[in-house]
Amino acid sequence: MDLTLSPEYAAFRDQVAETLKANAHLAPGPDDKGLKHPKRLAWQEFLIREGLTARTIPTEYGGYGAEPDILKSRIIAEEFARSGVPRPLAGQGISMLVPTLLELGTPEQKEAYIERTLKGELIWCQGYSEPGAGSDLAALRTRAVEDGDDFVINGQKIWTSTARQADMMFCLVRTDPDAKKHHGITYILFPMDTPGIEVRPLVDMTGSANFNEVFFTDVRVPKSGVVFEVNKGWQVANATLTHERGMLGDPNATKARFIELVELMKVETVNGQRLIDNPVLRDRLMTLQAEVYAMQANGLRITTNRLKGEAAGLAGLVVKLQGCELNHQIAALAIDALGELGILYEEGEHLRSGGAWQWRYMYDLGLIIGGGTAQIQKNIIAERGLGMPREPRLARS
Amino acid sequence: MEFGLSEDQVMLQETVRRFVAEEVSLDLVRQIAEGEIQVAETLAANLAALGLDGLLVPEKDGGSGLGVLDAALVQECFGYGIVPARFLSNSVAAYALRDSGSSILNDIANNDARFGIALNDFLSRRDGSGLSIRDEAVSGASLMAMDVARSTHLLFLANDTVRIGRAGSAEQVKTIDRTREFSKVTITSFEQQITGAEVEKTFAVACILLAADTLGAAQCMLDKAVAYAGDRQQFGRVIGSFQAVKHLCAEMAAKLEPARALIWHAAHALDVEDDEALAMAFLAKAHMAEVGTFIAKTSTEVHGGMGFTDLVGLHYWYKRIGVNRQIMGSPMALRELAAQQQGLVA
Repeated sequence: MDLTLSPEYAAFRDQVAETLKANAHLAPGPDDKGLKHPKRLAWQEFLIREGLTARTIPTEYGGYGAEPDILKSRIIAEEFARSGVPRPLAGQGISMLVPTLLELGTPEQKEAYIERTLKGELIWCQGYSEPGAGSDLAALRTRAVEDGDDFVINGQKIWTSTARQADMMFCLVRTDPDAKKHHGITYILFPMDTPGIEVRPLVDMTGSANFNEVFFTDVRVPKSGVVFEVNKGWQVANATLTHERGMLGDPNATKARFIELVELMKVETVNGQRLIDNPVLRDRLMTLQAEVYAMQANGLRITTNRLKGEAAGLAGLVVKLQGCELNHQIAALAIDALGELGILYEEGEHLRSGGAWQWRYMYDLGLIIGGGTAQIQKNIIAERGLGMPREPRLARS
Repeated sequence: MEFGLSEDQVMLQETVRRFVAEEVSLDLVRQIAEGEIQVAETLAANLAALGLDGLLVPEKDGGSGLGVLDAALVQECFGYGIVPARFLSNSVAAYALRDSGSSILNDIANNDARFGIALNDFLSRRDGSGLSIRDEAVSGASLMAMDVARSTHLLFLANDTVRIGRAGSAEQVKTIDRTREFSKVTITSFEQQITGAEVEKTFAVACILLAADTLGAAQCMLDKAVAYAGDRQQFGRVIGSFQAVKHLCAEMAAKLEPARALIWHAAHALDVEDDEALAMAFLAKAHMAEVGTFIAKTSTEVHGGMGFTDLVGLHYWYKRIGVNRQIMGSPMALRELAAQQQGLVA
C-alpha cells in the first residue's frame, strides 16, 4: 500500500495542474452554448495538443499519441476535477465510437471519422435501445434489409441523447431475423440527414428533452458504413458497453458533489440554525461521507488492478450500482436539508444553487435506470461476481 | 501509487486463514461459547504459538513491527471464523505503547503479557460507568471491558488518558455473543500515563480492528448465503437462480466490497498518519457496522428457516456482528465523533 506518487508522476501532476491553471482563460464559459461553439472547439484542440485528452490515440488520427498510462489518465481526470476547469469533450462519439473504430474500423472509416470526432467537428448519437429492447438490448428489431450496395432501415430507436445535434449515428440493426438474437445484429454508421430519419425530442421528468426518439422509414444507407462484419454487431457493441458502465458512478465526481453538499449545509440556515448544526441532518451527512470514502477507496483499488493488468472483479462490477445510488442519495439529502426550498425549480428568488440539486435528484434517478438498470447490475454482480446460476429460460411458446 | 496488499500481506492472510480453517471449527467455537474453559485455553495456546500478538510491537522491542493494516488483515480472518482471540486487545495495547519503550511490549510479543481493554467509556457511559484517577487511586468501574478473564494487564481510559493497570474485581457480563468475554471491571493498581499514547488514535485502532472483524464475519455470512442458495432446491430449481434470492446476494456483495477498500484505506491512513485518518477510522467502523448489520440479517433470510436455527449456527456470526456494532461506539456516536474531528460540530 503506497498512495504517494513517484517523482515522475508527481512532476506530471504539477505540470498538468500548471497547464490548466495558466490556460483556464481559454476555456469556454457558461454562455458559450452549443456543441460546436468555436471556443469549445478551440479548447478541445488545445487540450489534445497538450496531451490532456485523446492522449493515447495515434497522431495519425488526430490524437496526442502517448503510450497508454492508466495513472497519468487518472491524474489528468483528478486535476480537471480539482481545478474546476471545463473538461474535454466527452460525447458518445469520443467515448464509445472512437475506441470501437480504433479496434475494429476499416482504414477508410478511421480516416474519415476519428480525427473530426475528436476535434468536436463531428457529433454522434448512439442508436441502441428500442421501445422493446431496453435491458434485453439484443431483442432489438429495427430491421435493415440488403439492397445492392445499401441497407434499407425501418424501425425505431429510443433514449438517443444528442440526436438533434448529431451529424452521424452509430446504430445496431437487425440484419438476420432468423438467426439467434445475438447473431443477427449489425453495427452500422450513417449520417443523420439521410432521408427517412425523423427525430422527436423525449421530454423526461427533469422537464427538458435530454433524450430523443428516432424513427426510420425506408432509410437507405451505404453498406460501407458497416463496422467489422455483417451480423457481428453484438461483439462490436460489447467492446464498448463495459466502458459506458465504468463512466457512470465515477467516485471523483461523487466526491465533488459531496463537498458541495457540505458547503450548502454550512451556509444554509433554518430557524436561524445552520443545517449542519441539526444533528439528524449531520448524521445523514456523515453516513454519506463514509460511503463516499468507501467508493473512493474502491476506485483506487480498481486503478491499481488495472495498472497491474489484473481484473478488478467484484470491486469493478459494483461501481455502477453503488455509485449511481450514492449520487442520488447525496441529492436527496440536499433536497431534504433545503426543506420547502427543495421544491423550487428552474428560477426564482429563493432557489438555491440554480436548482442543481432538484435537477440531480431527478436526473440521477435516470442514471440508476440507464446504462443497465440496477436490477441488471445485480444480475451481473451475482452471476459474474459471485458465480450464481442464471435464471432458467422460459420455454418458447 | 499502489492501493492493494503486498505479497507479504497476502501471505500473512493466507497463513491465518489456513489456521482458522483447520483449527477453529464451528464445533470448537460452540464448546468455548458453552463455557469449556479447557478448550478455550488450548485454542489460546495454539493462537499464541502463531506468534501474531506482537504484530504491532516494534522490532526493537521484540515484535514484528508491522502496521494497523496488517493487524486488520489478521483480525478479518478471526472475524471470518468467529475465533475467540485476544489478538484485538493485545494489538490495541501494543499500538498504545508503541513509542513507550516499555518492557511490556516485549511481554506482549512473548505472550507473557495478555491484555484486556476497557475503552467503551470513551464514547458511552451508562449506569454510572467510567474510571477516574484521583490521589493515585482509580475509582469507578468500566462496563463491557473485553478479554479481561485470564488477562495480565488492562488497557483503560481515565482522566482523558490511556493507562495500563490490573483488573481488581471482574464480573463477567452475559452478552448475546458467547464467543468473546465481556466484563464489568474495577482497577486495583495502575502505571503512570503511557508516553505518547493518544486516546483518539488508540480508540481509532480499536475501531479499525472491530470493523475488520465485522468485515470477515460478514464475508463469511455472504459466502454461506451464496453456497446455501446454490444448493437448496425449491420449485424444482436451486433457489440461487431466483432473482429474488440472487439480488439479495448481489446487494450484500455490492455493499461489502467497497467497505473492504474503506477499511484498508482507513488502516493505511493511520499507519502513515494521514490528516484524515481519525475521521476515516471512525467512519469505517460506523459504515462497516451498517453494512454488517444488513448482511447479518440478509444472509440469515437467504438461509430461510435454517438460518434461524442453532443447528446451522449462523447466529454466532449474526451476534458477533451485532456486538461489534454496539461496543466501542455505535454508528451514530462514531459519525458524530467523525463530524467533530472535521470541525463540523459547532
